[in-house]
Amino acid sequence: MKLDGKIPAGTIAEKWSNYKASQNLVNPANKRKFDVIVVGTGLGGASAAASLAELGFKVKIFCYQDTPRRAHSIAAQGGINAAKNYQNDGDSIYRLFYDTVKGGDYRSREANVYRLAEVSNQIIDQCVAQGVPFARDYGGYLANRSFGGALVSRTFYARGQTGQQLLLGAYGALNRQIAAGNVTLYTRTEMMDLVMVDGHARGIVTRSLLDGKLDTHFGHAVVLATGGYGNVYFLSTNAMGSNISAAWRAHQKGALFANPAFVQIHPTCIPVHGTAQSKLTLMSESLRNDGRIWVPKNKEDAEKIRAGKLKPVDIPEENRDYYLERRYPAFGNLVPRDVASRAAKERCDAGYGVGTGKAVYLDFQDAIKRLGKDVIEARYGNLFQMYEKIVDHNPYETPMMIYPAIHYTMGGLWVDYELQTTIPGLFAIGEVNFSDHGANRLGASALMQGLADGYFVLPFTIQNYLADQLSLKRMDPAEHPEFKTALEQTRSRIDKLFKIKGTRSVDSIHKELGHIMWDHVGMARTKENLEAGIEKIAKLRDEFWQNVHIPGRDDTINLELEKANRLADFLELGELMARDALHREESCGGHFREEYKTEEGEALRNDKDFMYVAAWGYKGAGKAPELNKEPLSFEYIEVKTRNYK
Amino acid sequence: MDLTLKVWRQADRKSKGNFETYQIKDISPDSSFLEMLDELNEQLIREGIEPVAFDHDCREGICGMCSLFINGRAHGPGHETTTCQLHMRKFKDGDTIVIEPWRAGAFPVIKDLVVDRGAFDKILQAGGFISVNTGNAQDANAIPIKKFQSDEAMDAAACIGCGACVATCKNSSAMLFVASKVSHLALLPQGKVEAVRRAKAMVAKMDELGFGSCTNTGACEVECPKGITLTHIARLNREFLSANLKP
Repeated sequence: MKLDGKIPAGTIAEKWSNYKASQNLVNPANKRKFDVIVVGTGLGGASAAASLAELGFKVKIFCYQDTPRRAHSIAAQGGINAAKNYQNDGDSIYRLFYDTVKGGDYRSREANVYRLAEVSNQIIDQCVAQGVPFARDYGGYLANRSFGGALVSRTFYARGQTGQQLLLGAYGALNRQIAAGNVTLYTRTEMMDLVMVDGHARGIVTRSLLDGKLDTHFGHAVVLATGGYGNVYFLSTNAMGSNISAAWRAHQKGALFANPAFVQIHPTCIPVHGTAQSKLTLMSESLRNDGRIWVPKNKEDAEKIRAGKLKPVDIPEENRDYYLERRYPAFGNLVPRDVASRAAKERCDAGYGVGTGKAVYLDFQDAIKRLGKDVIEARYGNLFQMYEKIVDHNPYETPMMIYPAIHYTMGGLWVDYELQTTIPGLFAIGEVNFSDHGANRLGASALMQGLADGYFVLPFTIQNYLADQLSLKRMDPAEHPEFKTALEQTRSRIDKLFKIKGTRSVDSIHKELGHIMWDHVGMARTKENLEAGIEKIAKLRDEFWQNVHIPGRDDTINLELEKANRLADFLELGELMARDALHREESCGGHFREEYKTEEGEALRNDKDFMYVAAWGYKGAGKAPELNKEPLSFEYIEVKTRNYK
Repeated sequence: MDLTLKVWRQADRKSKGNFETYQIKDISPDSSFLEMLDELNEQLIREGIEPVAFDHDCREGICGMCSLFINGRAHGPGHETTTCQLHMRKFKDGDTIVIEPWRAGAFPVIKDLVVDRGAFDKILQAGGFISVNTGNAQDANAIPIKKFQSDEAMDAAACIGCGACVATCKNSSAMLFVASKVSHLALLPQGKVEAVRRAKAMVAKMDELGFGSCTNTGACEVECPKGITLTHIARLNREFLSANLKP
């Protein structure tokens, strides 16, 4: 398939203006004739639904939680980037664009990233107008802080709850449109399938999580805002319900899935405590501003610590290995996320880990000595408290233990400049698409992308599609054959799951998948390991379809059925991720292949052969997917090797 | 740890529920409360018993979905803690733990420990927002806002909408929830324009949906996992009073 990114003409700074000036729009009186379906109520979904409804479109929005406000955008801590240059430190739209492309290791689409940087300032304006209580200084103006991968201070924040406050802003806008009758909200409702009519996306099949009732809904267009797929690893910082099913169903119907191997592993998470663990908690990147990361220099000390015979405070300074400062003197503890994660894994694999062996120390003693406990408490008090609640250690007295964990997925449904997938009428916004972060996302850029797509990009670009659909009359899903067929297919899929009546619980299989993914498609990948992983995933998928056990009935809340539905899709996605990782014979961003590294062990890109987006077409479960390539070119940025030494 | 659990089981909205007693063994004190329930459910599935339905999602104390009444307290023992942040080390080996859903007329039980908190959405739809369309905003720094005012608005805005305040109130009043939103927006110049209308509409909706009256016992403040204080209820009362004095 030839992939057309539909990049508008003009210089990079003119492209978005040129696009808006020449695109088709729907006239105000006609907007109410269009139904738009939005799936997901996080930053992308809520902002898109509210903005579309304000314009006059009729919107239906769906979430699996009991209210839109619980979507996982709510959990983002650190902040949101924008090129406001309020600090007068030399920031600009170009610089934000440059940092994002470089941080993504030159695997994102230039025009999309520039537009993201361009609308970033409007996002901050909009959020303030909605009443988002961003941090301010004593003069009453907005405050900023710094994040990794940038030389300026451009991150806006609301304490450690920026995602929550931004989502509540978008949720408020959504509530206003619900009250006005322009948006219909469906909670505790999960999308089960995409309905296609004559090659276009025209609706969805849903299942009520309360009583199992299946339903169909028509839309002139369908927008997926369903988030990332980190839960394929079972343990991640994602919410328990976060899943890929909506996007995977679209993929099965023809939407290409791009760069699935690009996964972000966050270096500072609270380590795994045992087999009952259900999820991982992030400790904000900002801690690396003052915390120093180390492990014991001698293996014997590490062994004694693991056996409980030594405490970290017993290790004298000269017997500590501050390995990030040793390996990366220029950036030290503030190297980007992918670099810090790999370095922690390297030390633990070599036998220097602490705790269970899979942890390193993040130590604040020097900072407390230098600045005083009060300053550290003012900066990180809520995080220290959160750590103490979970681990029951006081980080003021003993170093924190941290370990990398799955956090964000850069890959997702392939979209063009208009955020339209390869299925006409199907759009993907926020984390579920692939477009803006390349092979690695910078901190505080996920919130920016979700809101950019929802408030300022999709509401325009979707009209270029809808303007051509004016003659399409609303369909009655109860009568239309394609809708009925899709509903029947969903019904038989659920029946099939119930009929298996095996012996294994859904979670036991999910945990096994998580181990395979972590061991084979994790931080350090090799050809042999990936090939072995593909085989194991295929076997586990067979095991699932032969031996999973789903208790209870379909006509009531059934958490096991919900989980099984989602796991079935993760079992296919996991294999695609391994295949993508296997085919990409280079190391870039979060994708690290052991065979492709420099003599010092750093990631080695291969721009000659792999400077493209890998967009995979579905050929059936267990069948080799079809590879399509969208070549990437960088006209406005010189492509370099990332160097943090 | 070995524990005895007394768990509320209820088939659906209309059925009458009752407590069931389960024994569970070898729970790690480092497990979270919800991970303990995960293990209970694995055990029930093995025994051919339908697992216990309970709400949860982010498991890091911010989404507000988890909602258990544990040993007579909303979100269990512990100060400013959601159920998902509660760890088993807060209990002792051999303990009996009683687990119930939120109990309030406006939050009907749907199944087992799951309740319907849709009433909270309806209250916010009545006016818990600033009426600004996308694209209408002026520059974010055009209106300076006093730092303490902005900080106080943030204190109120920290509400996660879990409903612990309602569940713990003897009158099942939603005043702390409503007050947090009214106060957050009324403290900011952007929200001041609609403050009067907002307070009136949200209080009217709260009454209509069957939440009880506030008698200032302060139980809500004690159990709020985000430490939202009664000060905000005082501000709501002021806004509401002035709303009724103005035409």
